[in-house]
Amino acid sequence: MLDDKDRIFTNIYGIDDPFLAGARARGDWDETKKILDMGREAIIEGIKESGLRGRGGAGFSTGMKWSFMPKEIGERPHYLVINADEGEPGTCKDREIMRHDPHKLIEGALIGSFAIGAHVTYCYIRGEFYREAENLQRAVDEAYEAGLIGDNACGSGYKFDFYVHRGAGAYICGEESALIESLEGKKGQPRLKPPFPANVGVYGCPTTVNNVESIAVAPAILRRGAEWFAGLGKPNNTGTKLFNISGHVNTACTVEEEMGIPLKELIEKHAGGVQGSWDNLLAVIPGGASVPVLTKEQCETVTMDFDSLRELRSGLGTAAVIVMDKSTDIVRAITRLSAFYKHESCGQCTPCREGTGWMWRMMERICSGDAEIEEIDLLEEVTRQVEGHTICALGDAAAWPIQGLIRSFRPEMERHITAGRAGANEAA
Amino acid sequence: MAQAEKIIAKYPEGWQASAVLPLLDLAQRQNANFLSQAAMDYVAEMLKMPPIRVYEVATFYTMYNFKPMGKHHVQVCTNLPCWLRGSDDIVKTCKELIGVGMGQTSEDGMFTLTEAECLGACVNAPMVQIGDDYFEDLDAESTLAVLSELKAGNTPKSGSQIGRHTCEPVSGLTSLYNQTDLRKAKVGGE
Repeated sequence: MLDDKDRIFTNIYGIDDPFLAGARARGDWDETKKILDMGREAIIEGIKESGLRGRGGAGFSTGMKWSFMPKEIGERPHYLVINADEGEPGTCKDREIMRHDPHKLIEGALIGSFAIGAHVTYCYIRGEFYREAENLQRAVDEAYEAGLIGDNACGSGYKFDFYVHRGAGAYICGEESALIESLEGKKGQPRLKPPFPANVGVYGCPTTVNNVESIAVAPAILRRGAEWFAGLGKPNNTGTKLFNISGHVNTACTVEEEMGIPLKELIEKHAGGVQGSWDNLLAVIPGGASVPVLTKEQCETVTMDFDSLRELRSGLGTAAVIVMDKSTDIVRAITRLSAFYKHESCGQCTPCREGTGWMWRMMERICSGDAEIEEIDLLEEVTRQVEGHTICALGDAAAWPIQGLIRSFRPEMERHITAGRAGANEAA
Repeated sequence: MAQAEKIIAKYPEGWQASAVLPLLDLAQRQNANFLSQAAMDYVAEMLKMPPIRVYEVATFYTMYNFKPMGKHHVQVCTNLPCWLRGSDDIVKTCKELIGVGMGQTSEDGMFTLTEAECLGACVNAPMVQIGDDYFEDLDAESTLAVLSELKAGNTPKSGSQIGRHTCEPVSGLTSLYNQTDLRKAKVGGE
């Protein structure tokens, strides 16, 4: 188990003061100028060496992403945009950073912006997080007041502005190019790539979009050394990670743990175990709604990191662990997710706009038993026609949970259909 | 007006359309929690946007309302993590107490009830958002208590309804034990 001294988010539960005095006591803003004095190249190199992979779900190297920004700043200014549009079902980690440890995010934004040559950060926070945005704004005001950010950030001579931008309720705006569109005051519909944001992002300028957690851990990495972070977790899956454990557990919670912690240990040590007992476990969605479900058998041994979960054809995603015990109607559970994706499809690409509706309606019919067994194969085919045929990954995200269900719980789906049909025969 | 100018100043020159979401939010807050066409037109003029662009944006996002809302907008999350922890009971309780179905407003204008997608408080499920506040770790009884308080004109305490501080394990900490004495004093008492 991760030692407290290796934890980055030491106020994740908001027990201590979230604001500047408390943040300073926790070591934030401690000689930040020295970190900036390392220079852009060294900062990016440090983040690369730490092995930090993006915490928003895709798991791309954060240092690498920063290095894609143009080296020279031309006529177009650079921007750092923080993705705080947390909305993946099961996920509630960025919320805790913003309301309980906001200075980690602001300090990380200064360092990240400096590294990519940006003088402005926009933090796009989901509109529903009103209180969280209030806390973040209060922390930003404090940081300006204390000279930590502003015209001469931390006495470095570097000008840096941090703006909080509230969204207005659209899951799709968590997709980086949709977020950029939304920030520009448009509908949040993803852009075709290329060009990538590092070349043409917000306002037509070079832009890096990072998740809240990725940015908030950067200062700790640079302060304590890339080797420290790289020494935690597993090769290629380094460091610590915030996990959200929800669903049928005894003590649902958010906790920072080492990457690569066994799923079973995570659930038993921090979430008080599965309701009933471990043997009462049916399935786990290990990384937010978009990743395929794991069976109990897989949960026995799997470790929580990008590569191990990918091997099981699932994913770490946002590390939001949704636990389901044997009382769960798993077909109904996945149907609920299908309804969610149908609701959130932005409507731009036909396979997703039509496909999410198709998939949801078929799932509803299977759920209520008003379907033929063969339709499970048809449903699988529909998911394949959506997957990979859309501009952004929402289509994939809608397809994967159903594919996972068919792969691991096909007999359950058949049982629903058979039971439904038997019921219909009786009624006749 | 000063507030609106402060918002517009966050964005680069020529990109004032960036302020459309915050300004629509502001307009809605000043107008019984819904956007009239006049309000949208006003925002359009202020940002030099064609009105159609503003309507297009406003109707894309779920947080804008286009008809008068109740004093309290109760949004029940029914997504998977909340559903697993009993959001069906919460929905039922809300419908019974408020006396309306989803998407409707009570006759006394006190409540509007809607179903929400994941609101990002999953380890505190099930939960509802009322106005700007989250009410978490609910069951039928505590939901009833919160709504009754509101009905009586009081301000119920937001956050966890089972006495947990925020998102730590309810039975006591499993990490971050020894940071301060305050920690021991506040959580679980152990």
